[in-house]
Amino acid sequence: MKKTDTKSTPINTLKLTLPSLSVNEGIARTVTAAFCAYLGPTATDIADIKCAVSEAVTNCIVHAYKNTVGMIYITAEAFSSSTVKITIRDKGCGIADVKQARVPLFTTDAESERSGLGFTVMESFMDKLYVRSKIGRGTVVTMIKRLGNAATE
Amino acid sequence: MGSIKEKRNGQTLTVTLKGEIDHHSAVKMRSGIDKLLEESRPSTLILDLGSIEFMDSSGLGLIMGRYKKMNELGGELIVCNPSDSILKIFRLAGLGRFIKIQTK
Ligand SMILES: Nc1ncnc2c1ncn2[C@@H]1O[C@H](COP(=O)(O)OP(=O)(O)O)[C@@H](O)[C@H]1O
Ligand SMILES: [Mg+2]
Repeated sequence: MKKTDTKSTPINTLKLTLPSLSVNEGIARTVTAAFCAYLGPTATDIADIKCAVSEAVTNCIVHAYKNTVGMIYITAEAFSSSTVKITIRDKGCGIADVKQARVPLFTTDAESERSGLGFTVMESFMDKLYVRSKIGRGTVVTMIKRLGNAATE
Repeated sequence: MGSIKEKRNGQTLTVTLKGEIDHHSAVKMRSGIDKLLEESRPSTLILDLGSIEFMDSSGLGLIMGRYKKMNELGGELIVCNPSDSILKIFRLAGLGRFIKIQTK
């Protein structure tokens, strides 16, 4: 991947705040994908972004705010290099061990048929994944992806 | 969002999944499929994904759960017509190692 410019000022920004209701999984991924559309993504880019956003938002609903409803804060920033930076933040329970949580197939909720592959999907479908979390404070997931055919040049 | 449609043919139950599979829709799809399984106890369950427009890892949970269920019933599960993006998720899970997948 070429050097990106995600530390510079974004050329466009989306901010979306939604309560942690499962019906908002579809709304979050559709709105975020629409925001990315003008950056010239491939069809695969859009499918990848939808899936990664769906994973992060679902985690806020089923893990961070388990048995409660809280707000999910989504930011998407577009950069002139056709790169998008997506941040999904919650103020939920937090993750005790982020390294362990990112291990493929690891889940704390096997009874509800979680597959433990959410972070694996985010990591493989996006170029970069950062996870910051604090117990009792919440979690911030940041994902970066360069879009379009330029991404593979 | 997501819906299911079933067809019985002898010992084979084919369930066609439509629309989107995420955590929101998977809950309903799961109980719909399990109700059909309890009623007809087929020896083969075919899950047809040909009409799925979106799936995330919640779909994996749904498929792996039905795989376990069919094992308990002494039957088999076949997953057919996954799109390229669904196949990508299957590969992450190594699903093909234990579930029969039929592509077009
Ligand atoms: N936003 C979050 N808040 C609290 N815990 C989380 C969050 N996201 C993920 N986790 C934890 O990390 C684990 C792994 O997440 P993931 O890879 O998406 O798998 P799954 O959701 O199928 O369990 C979860 O089981 C959960 O314990
Ligand atoms: Mg998850």
